Amino acid sequence: MKCLSASRFCFYLGFVVGTLSLYLFLRQLWFERSMELPVLGGVQGSSVAAVAEEKQASVERAALVNLNVPHHTGEYSRVADELYQKVRILCWVMTGPSNLQTKARHVKATWSRHCNVVVFMSSVDDPDFPTVGLGTGEGRDQLYWKTIRAFHYALEHHGNEADWFLKADDDTFVVVDNLRWVLSNHTPEEPLYFGKRFKPYAKQGYMSGGAGYVLSKEALRRFVEGFKSKVCTHTTSVEDLALGQCLEKMGVLAMDSRDTLQRETFHPFVPEHHLTGKFSKSFWYWNYCYYPIVEGPQCCSDLAVSFHYVDAELMYTLEYWTYHLRAYGYRYRYRPPLPQDLVERLAQSEGATVGAAGRGTVPAGIIVVGGGDQSKIEAVSYEGAASGSKIPMDNNRTAVTQERQQ
Amino acid sequence: MLSEGSSFMKGIALGGTFCLLLSLLGSFTPGMQSSPEDHHHHHHHIKAPTKDELQSLSDSQMVELSQRVRVYCVIMVQPSVLVYWSTAKDTWGKHCDNAVFYSSESAKALEAVDLNEQDEWAKLRKALKHAYDNAGDLRWFFVARSTTFAIIENLKYLVLAKDPNEPFYIGHAMKSGELEYVEYQSGIVLSYEALKRLVNVFKDEDKCPERGRALWKLSEEKQLAICLKYTGVFAENGEDIQGKRLFNSKSVGSLIQDSMDKKNLDVVEGCCSDLAITFSGMSPNQMQVMMFGVYRLRPYGHNFHDSLIFLPPEGSDND
Repeated sequence: MKCLSASRFCFYLGFVVGTLSLYLFLRQLWFERSMELPVLGGVQGSSVAAVAEEKQASVERAALVNLNVPHHTGEYSRVADELYQKVRILCWVMTGPSNLQTKARHVKATWSRHCNVVVFMSSVDDPDFPTVGLGTGEGRDQLYWKTIRAFHYALEHHGNEADWFLKADDDTFVVVDNLRWVLSNHTPEEPLYFGKRFKPYAKQGYMSGGAGYVLSKEALRRFVEGFKSKVCTHTTSVEDLALGQCLEKMGVLAMDSRDTLQRETFHPFVPEHHLTGKFSKSFWYWNYCYYPIVEGPQCCSDLAVSFHYVDAELMYTLEYWTYHLRAYGYRYRYRPPLPQDLVERLAQSEGATVGAAGRGTVPAGIIVVGGGDQSKIEAVSYEGAASGSKIPMDNNRTAVTQERQQ
Repeated sequence: MLSEGSSFMKGIALGGTFCLLLSLLGSFTPGMQSSPEDHHHHHHHIKAPTKDELQSLSDSQMVELSQRVRVYCVIMVQPSVLVYWSTAKDTWGKHCDNAVFYSSESAKALEAVDLNEQDEWAKLRKALKHAYDNAGDLRWFFVARSTTFAIIENLKYLVLAKDPNEPFYIGHAMKSGELEYVEYQSGIVLSYEALKRLVNVFKDEDKCPERGRALWKLSEEKQLAICLKYTGVFAENGEDIQGKRLFNSKSVGSLIQDSMDKKNLDVVEGCCSDLAITFSGMSPNQMQVMMFGVYRLRPYGHNFHDSLIFLPPEGSDND
């Protein structure tokens, strides 16, 4: 049998080796390149925005400005942006060194970004997180000390930057935009305080600590004044009750934070508990709630402000439900009216703006049905009535809808 | 020895160049490319219409479309776990234009079509045939188990600009060898035309046998894909503008947890689509909470100028 000459054979062998090795090389290259692509499927720099956000957060001590939180394409947030300017909220989050990575970190990555100012309060200073050190110890018995010092710190260092001062735990989830709505019809110059109202031990009731509570600027001034004048002292470590009692002494009013259908906005438990749980009749909660407890879907306002005992996974889940996931085109049942002065401000600037695709602007909450000369205006009721009316289907009619409120 | 060595080197050089040429010529990405598409795959990925596409439609067309996309939900229930039937009925099922429940057997208190069948593929066939016969004027079909949660409005938006008289078979597309099929667990969407062709091929015992003839049983989702493939209908993947899945086989919590484990910079952004259509694996209580999360909870002052209107269902208070 005639064999190939040695050099011929080597040539063919070389050829095969060359092809194979380059093939493997190219494959590895392609593989590596595809792995480097950002995990976020963002188009046009949403991943870039996320990276920029993270850098900014670690450099600044204050919260990210709301307007830096990326809005969604197609989202119209004029009302939210107006409220951001008008209802300035400082959020301070009660935390501690051992909770920074397990709890506070997730608060920082989610809802606290929507505050005008956010400060994480701990027993010790931590310039990296960053947290403010209150010079207390840690533990349940320190809670009221921390609260007292935190509020003093907030007024002293950020008194001019905010009108309202929210206290939350590192396992509280807050929808800050909804808090702005609750507060929008009130003035920070009045001594007011909002939260989940409990009744025992205080004549006008007091607000649950875990569900978060908010003091107006005047209420905060009076709280600080109370300690200066010794009207208020550290009476007990039961922080929410003690604070409520001090505020009562200083003439601060405990307010009703429920929505226009009397549904609670501040919640001391997780959504599942309020929406589906049945509280046993012997449970302390029944005796504590200032307003009647409602179980089932009406427990909670659509414009819920807070939930408590929220773990890390639920924090992000709530952020997803609130700010991301929605049913396209769904017209909410509950669409409360705009705060009065916002209506005026928006009307002035909106004017005769023509919306996309030639749709004219129409006062919110009204559907115009009709085409040509005959326009029939069908006013839709604002508050919660089941919107069972169907839009008549007729090829000649045009339904124009413009919703600028929820 | 030297001549052999140099021949070897020449061989390597030529071989390398040859490979490079081949890769440049055929845009050959070694190893990663899926097998060349069948010439039938015109649209492999389905996305909802973009703002621009919608703006070319007039207002009256929008309203007409809002009303015209109507969905018949085929919901498969297990009589042993009745609570999922009642939950689906009380939650997402209310948003279907017609929600019909199909069960393997009858049970007390269960209001469902009794298929009188235990085999999964046979059940699915019977349910789909029943749906086709009872479609009325509904032209889109959504098939899911009662353990899945669906946001029907987002489904309607996805198929808004698609003609149901064209064959569509949409969901989370998966591949098994050469077969592309839609994952059952995350929900299956069929247009009227696709269902019509399917019901027709049911009659063909060779192409689409009622009891699978293979030595090992193929899952019903694959059987479905095979039968549809014979009629020229191919699986398409539903995704959003960013390419994120719309049809999910896990719960929201589970997907969030996955995103956290991946240490994404933005956990929520790296998780799930804003216009997701399905999630699966949630408890009945969690489905009630989903109703709150999807249809009620929102931040005041943020609005979307959506081009469609879907009204809340009558006689309901959890949405």
